[in-house]
This record gives sequence, C-alpha cells and structure tokens, in this order.
Amino acid sequence: MDVRSQLASVFHLDKCLGCHTCSVACKNLWTDRTGAEYMWWNNVETKPGTGFPTLWEDQQRYRGGWEGGNGRLRLKSTSRRRILTNIFHHPHMPTLDEYYEPWTYDYAHLFTAKRGPDQPVARPVSRITGKPIDVESGPNWDDDLGGSPVYAGQDPNLAALTARERAELFAIERMVFFYLPRNCNHCLNPACVAACPSGALYKRGEDGIVLIDQQRCRAWRACVAACPYKKAFYNWHSGKSEKCIYCFPRVENGQAPACFHACVGRIRYTGVLLYDAARIEAAARAPDGGLAEAHRSLILDPSDPAVAEAASRNGVADSTIDAARRSPVYRFVKEWRMALPLHAEFRTLPMVFYVPPMLPVLSTSHDGLVDQTPSGLFSAIDQARVPVKYLARLFGAGDDRPVRYALAKQKAVRWYRRARVVGDVDDAVAECVLTEADSSSEEAEAIYRLTALCTFEERFVVPPAHREEAAELARDPLDQKGGGFGFMAPPRRGL
Amino acid sequence: MPFPLDLLLLVVLPYAAIVVCVVGTIERYRRHSFSVTSLSSQFFENRRHFWGIMPFHLGILAVLAAHVAWFLFPSLVLRWNARPVRLYAAEVALLACGIAALLGFLVVGFRRGADARLQRVTSAWDWCVYALLVAQIALGVAVALRHTWGSSWFAAAVAPYLWSLVRLNPDTTAAATLPLLAKAHVVLAYLLVAIFPFSRLVHVLAVPNPYLWRRPQVVRWPPPSRVRATARQAPADETARQAGHHVGA
Repeated sequence: MDVRSQLASVFHLDKCLGCHTCSVACKNLWTDRTGAEYMWWNNVETKPGTGFPTLWEDQQRYRGGWEGGNGRLRLKSTSRRRILTNIFHHPHMPTLDEYYEPWTYDYAHLFTAKRGPDQPVARPVSRITGKPIDVESGPNWDDDLGGSPVYAGQDPNLAALTARERAELFAIERMVFFYLPRNCNHCLNPACVAACPSGALYKRGEDGIVLIDQQRCRAWRACVAACPYKKAFYNWHSGKSEKCIYCFPRVENGQAPACFHACVGRIRYTGVLLYDAARIEAAARAPDGGLAEAHRSLILDPSDPAVAEAASRNGVADSTIDAARRSPVYRFVKEWRMALPLHAEFRTLPMVFYVPPMLPVLSTSHDGLVDQTPSGLFSAIDQARVPVKYLARLFGAGDDRPVRYALAKQKAVRWYRRARVVGDVDDAVAECVLTEADSSSEEAEAIYRLTALCTFEERFVVPPAHREEAAELARDPLDQKGGGFGFMAPPRRGL
Repeated sequence: MPFPLDLLLLVVLPYAAIVVCVVGTIERYRRHSFSVTSLSSQFFENRRHFWGIMPFHLGILAVLAAHVAWFLFPSLVLRWNARPVRLYAAEVALLACGIAALLGFLVVGFRRGADARLQRVTSAWDWCVYALLVAQIALGVAVALRHTWGSSWFAAAVAPYLWSLVRLNPDTTAAATLPLLAKAHVVLAYLLVAIFPFSRLVHVLAVPNPYLWRRPQVVRWPPPSRVRATARQAPADETARQAGHHVGA
C-alpha cells in the first residue's frame, strides 16, 4: 500500500444551472492573456451536445487517452516509437478551428464612424489577426441547443441509443438538455504526463495537481493530443502548453479554486482523497466492465487506522489525513457511491466525479390536464427524457448499473424529504424506497444536508499546505531575489 | 579572391561562429530556458504544415547527416565512391533530399506568408532566418547541380580543410580553390552557426531523448521539509520502485 493524497472534486450536476460563472472566474484569473484567449480551462457544456473543442469525446478523431483492458495499457496518440515518426508533424492535433477564433469588437468605430444615414456598428475583429472576421463558433456555441440536429444531434454518446430512442429524444415536445461543467480532472494516470516528450508535465506528489513546467515545455503539444478531455491547451504566442492548475496558489493558502469559489449553484465540492498509488496501473488496466469499480477501489478509507498510518509513513501531513476524514468528496464518491468519473473508459482515472442529474420525465396529458406523476417510485429514472443508456455512456463507461444506483439514491432522498417536509408520502413508503436504494434515513439526512444546505466549509475542505515546513525556509532567500514566485525572467515569447 | 578575405571568411569566421554559438546557446538555456521552444504553428494550420514541414525536415536531416558523415569518414567515402554506380546512387539520393528540403521549405514560406494568423506568429527576424536558410539550401542544391560528384571532392578538399580547423592548425589551401558557389555555401553555413542561439533554430536541441527511456508517469515531490525529512525519505524511494508505472522526478 502506497498511500498518497489527492485534491479531488465532485460536481453535482443536478444542481448545475449552467450560468458559466465558473468559466468566467477562471478566464479572468488565468487565461485573459495573449495566446490564451481561446482557452477555457473550465467550461460548461450543454449535453447532448458537441462540446468544446468540437466533438472532444470522439477519440476516433482525436486519439486521446489510453487503450487497454486486456492487460495492455498504451497511449492512443503516441508511443516511444511514434514520438520519433511524428516528431515534426503530429497527425492528430486539434487546430484553432476545432476550438474557435477568439474575437473582440471594434468599439472605437462607434466613435470614429463618419456621419451617415445608419447607426454605426461595432464589428467583430479577430483577437489573433486583428482583422474583421465572421464569427462562426465560440466557447459556448451550442449552449442550451438541446434538441438541435447540428449540435446535440452530433453528440458521440448518442451512439448508445437506438434510432427510435434518438428520434424520440429530438421530438419537439421531448427536447431536453443538462449542463456538464468541465475542467482538468487531475487524473491519477494522466495521459498528458505520459505523453510529454520533454518530461515537462508532472503530478505533484503532495496533492496530485497536474502541472506543466513552463521552463521545460518545448511545444511538442503531445499533451494536447493525448488528453482525452482536451484540457491541455497550446498557447500560440508563448509557444508553451498550458492547463488548469487547480488554482494551486489559492489552494496552498487554504482557499478553494476560483471556479469552485464562484459557483453560484454550489454544485462544486473539493476535498482530499487518500488513494493507493501502488494499484494505479492495475486499475487503469481493468477490463471495460469493471473500470468504475476498480477506479473507486483505489480510494482508501481515511478512518481506517492502517491507512492513516501508511499515509503518515509516506509523509502525508496529519492535517491532510484529518481533512480526508472530513472530505465531502470521499462521502459522495466512496461512502454514498453517488458520484462517478466522466468517461472512465479513457483510463486516465480522472479525479473529478459527477453526481448524474435527475432529468425531467415526460408528462402525459389526460383530458387537458398535464399529469407528471410517475407511476412507480423509481420510474422517474426510466421515464426520464434522456435514456439512462446515454448517461451510462458519460458516467459509467457504458455500464448503466452505477448510474442507476446513483440516480436511485438521489430519488430515494427526495422521497424521504418529501415524507418529512410535505407529508404527502407515507413514512413507511419513504423507508421502503431508502432500503431499495441501499440507503438509510441517517444517510439520506446527511446526503440532503451536504446537497442542499452545504456551507462553504462543508463544500471546500482544503488542508493547509504547511508552508512553515517548506524547504524555502532552509534556503538562502537571496537565491530567489527579484523573483517572487513564478518566473525569474518575464515569460516572453522566444526568438 | 585576395588572401586576407579568405583568411577572414574561412578561418576567423568559423572560430568566431563556433564560440558565439556555444556560449550563446549555453547562456540561452541557462538564463532563458522559457524561450527555448519550437514555436510550433501547426495549431493554426494543419494541411500545408504537413506538406512543408515533413519534406523539409526529412530532407535537411538526410543532407546534414551526409555532410557530417563525409566530414568524419572521408576516406571511407572515397572508397565507397570508387565504384561509379555507388557514386551515382549517393549523388542522386542526396540531391533528391536536398530538392525535397528546398521545395518543402518553400511551402513553409508560402504557408507563413499566405495566412493572416501565421503572420501574427512570424517576426521580421524569422523571415531573415528563413531567407538565410533558403539561400543556404538553394546554394547547396546549386553546388550539387553545377559541380557534380561533390561527394568525392567534398571528401578530398573540404574535409581536410575542416579537420585542419578542428586541429587548430587552419590550412585553407584546398578550400581556397573551391568554386565561388561552394565557398558561399561554406561561409553561409558559418553564419547560420553564429545566429543559431539567437533564432528559433535552437529548437533543434529539444530532441525527446529522455522519453525513450523514462517511465510514463512523472511525479514531483516537494523538497523534503526539515521537519518530516526523515519520515519521507525512505518510503518515497521505495514507492518509486514499487509502482513500475510511476517515477519520482
């Protein structure tokens, strides 16, 4: 057992309202720079939809992630041999057109336009060339376009549905969508790290944040191609790749990352998970059906004295172990098994987990009255307008059982609370539903509390970074003179 | 050509170029490693990138490798060339590589010039370097066409001159008799060596060698703290060995 700690996240999709505040917080803080305008380290997608960059989930096209399952594990995009054959031109590299050309507006024209019969307009100009462009796509181009054949209809996950189910999904009365916020998953088996020819990418041992060493990056862009979530980006100006840094300067000071902090719907949770690093490779090699379970089995119980002791031996601070015991992520992922990894079949062992959304059911009309009461207690899951098979493609690596389990528990908590608060459901029925959903009233109460009433302190349990023990204190401070943290010289584009 | 100019271009210039190149490259790596990157533009344009970059790089690498081999093993080359068929084969193959490099590089230039986005990531200095490189490749191809059997006369005339430079006992007698085209090719090569550290040519040094033997995953631990140093040291080493996939960097 090789116990390490990881700052992991849970996104509660049932609460996401699709406001993009997370994306804007991140953009303002990190990617409002030349060369980074097109990057969205955090973005919110509409599902079904094509996402950002376009069709990122289609690995036939992008060759991201790992392939394996029968004992092998290899990157789809590169290898020791192919690193040499693809050294000058990478065949599976997204271009700016797969993202979008960033633009601004020529506002000055509103003031400088010659007097004429029409109102002057501010035309869109490219933020790369400075020339007027026709805007053809943008960061949320398919926002809310749930039923659109152009966007939602192209969603690669719809392959799980039959033609009839697809037709029903796109019938005008049934159109439906939900939101999927995405940032870097800070995976346990990151494809980006394994693909970097320069060894510039690394995972921080102490908290599992995956970073790109800007001094060592040589613009191979292998990380961009290898990341199946397309969350490594190439800065065309600096000639370096960049990605979400989990706001490590904030995290080290005990604050949640900016996107978490800004979240209006309070859907984001962050906390420590202790995991067994010795079994990472075995879990990533697990057969397709057992991926979600193998992934979850890596996570260790911080209350187990043996785990705590092994963690301590590995140098995990006591405060981190304590934070792991209070981690909301641990509860959602391991205790309640309600949060699932996105596209576990990419085999990167992502450390962002999603609570799948309860989707609206189809209402029926009786004599002019709209009836939305589902017939069975759990029927809402099967009657949802988006078939569970679709959610299983996203959150269960094709297996609908973990998704059904998570949805049933959410549903049971709702029945339970309805019995308690509204009182139109019999207590015995609520108890029965809870039992069927593998839950109890105590657990339901805890789930309800962490879902609905959660405070800042409950959502974000970030352990202190113990700067007081950091090696900088032992170093000559004059070594760092003129620097602060970060670059000793300004990060200028090379000749 | 008067003798002092030969001395300047064939003796002083190469030594100066090498010194500037070595010192400049080390300084750039040491002080401005952030600036060492290929500054790839594939992100803006994919198709022409392939048709330009691939023939250029493969062609130029083959030709450069031949230059180095000719310089290192001149007598071997002369023996190989003793049979005309082999001489023709080497000559034709390398000429083809040179032409591929030239055509590919022209595509590269056209690509840069024709696309507004690519112009944004191309500086005036980039164009100067480009012009020098085009001139150098074109000169090389011209030499190969005008003064055939270069693979023999290179080994006989240029290699001894280069070796005399290496031995710090410069002897330009053979090199001074080279035709003007070939001399220009040599002098331009020295210029390119001199500007190497101050241009995007430094990307040549970013070969992915560690990738060929490192383990896939890289984990960096914080510098051991004084308080917990003793606790961490032993298990951290052990885990790096246990988890074959991972390595502590």
